[in-house]
Amino acid sequence: MVQFALPKNSTIQKGEYFSLQGESKNIKKVNVYRWNPESGQNPRLDTYEVDMDNCGPMVLDALIKIKNEIDSTLTFRRSCREGICGSCAMNIDGSNTLACTKSAKEIKGEINIYPLPHMPVVKDLVPDLKQLYKQYESVEPWMQSEVSGVNGVEKLQTVEDRSKLDGLYECILCACCSTSCPSYWWNGDKYLGPAVLLQAYRWIIDSRDDERKKRLKKVADELKLFRCHTIMNCTNACPKGLNPAKAIGSIKKMLVSADIS
Amino acid sequence: MNDLNTKERPLSPHLQVYKWQLSSLLSITHRLTSVINTAGISIICFWIISLYLGENCYKYFSIFISSLIGKFVLIGFTWSFCYHLLNGIRHLFWDLGYGYELKTANLSGTLVLLSSFLVTLALWILA
Repeated sequence: MVQFALPKNSTIQKGEYFSLQGESKNIKKVNVYRWNPESGQNPRLDTYEVDMDNCGPMVLDALIKIKNEIDSTLTFRRSCREGICGSCAMNIDGSNTLACTKSAKEIKGEINIYPLPHMPVVKDLVPDLKQLYKQYESVEPWMQSEVSGVNGVEKLQTVEDRSKLDGLYECILCACCSTSCPSYWWNGDKYLGPAVLLQAYRWIIDSRDDERKKRLKKVADELKLFRCHTIMNCTNACPKGLNPAKAIGSIKKMLVSADIS
Repeated sequence: MNDLNTKERPLSPHLQVYKWQLSSLLSITHRLTSVINTAGISIICFWIISLYLGENCYKYFSIFISSLIGKFVLIGFTWSFCYHLLNGIRHLFWDLGYGYELKTANLSGTLVLLSSFLVTLALWILA
């Protein structure tokens, strides 16, 4: 359902202000969304003054610095710090991206950091992605082929067929795209969202997979697929430079000519 | 603890914090203009109906339409119609599988927006 306003328990309150101890010529104010499940209070926005002269270049560096030196209770996910694991996906400066590949310098003024939008919050910047993972499971993201592995020989693919997977296989499932999509905000329980649909297309278009028809039939649904209105927030957000909107468009186009009855 | 808290979990902010993109702005405008168009067509229908309702009715309607507010409504409707039509063509190209690259989509969007104003201007100067 479309609900523009935040529920009562989700409105954001003014938080604490952590001024910098000591001197610095290069102070950056970092506003971070905080919510502690044990406090029983609404989320709040804390502000930290960070000395950027003694901090790494990326937004994730600033977050780690805050956790190490200012406030150890700050909670966020991170792992690879090089844009390949997708853990540190969050809303930075108004759009979704990976904290580890987003330069702090690029952001003018204060840095605003929120969890991925329209998701249940587990704690601070950690969203609950259970629903998205369930939807991912629903597209059966694995190779389905009867002849695969016969005589111990791998299933070969032409260079041309392999190139159809370019721009799809690179997806790290960070959920930046899905949580940037207004359609997914309003209908996330039914609409599969850009991340999952891009993955669905990745298997639909794989020449080694034998279940194209079944896969197409599965997503050919007014809600699951056609809630995409080509808003393109997904493509704008993708930190890997992929194009979920195009992948969804490709599925729609395939459905026009495909015999899925 | 987890189970206890699942229902109480807050919803992270969405519209409140998400920056408008050119693409999302044009998309919501497409939807808004569809609503305006429906209202606009109703006005035109009423214009025709007013012919049947007699001289007076048509006269009052004409006065309203030629007033400043009436002009604003009509010009607004013309623009809304132009925008929806042009952006609809953009959607048709998408449906054919073209124009999904970010650069192309931003360019086509800008073109649609600009030409919607130009066509509106041209229509009002010519007509």
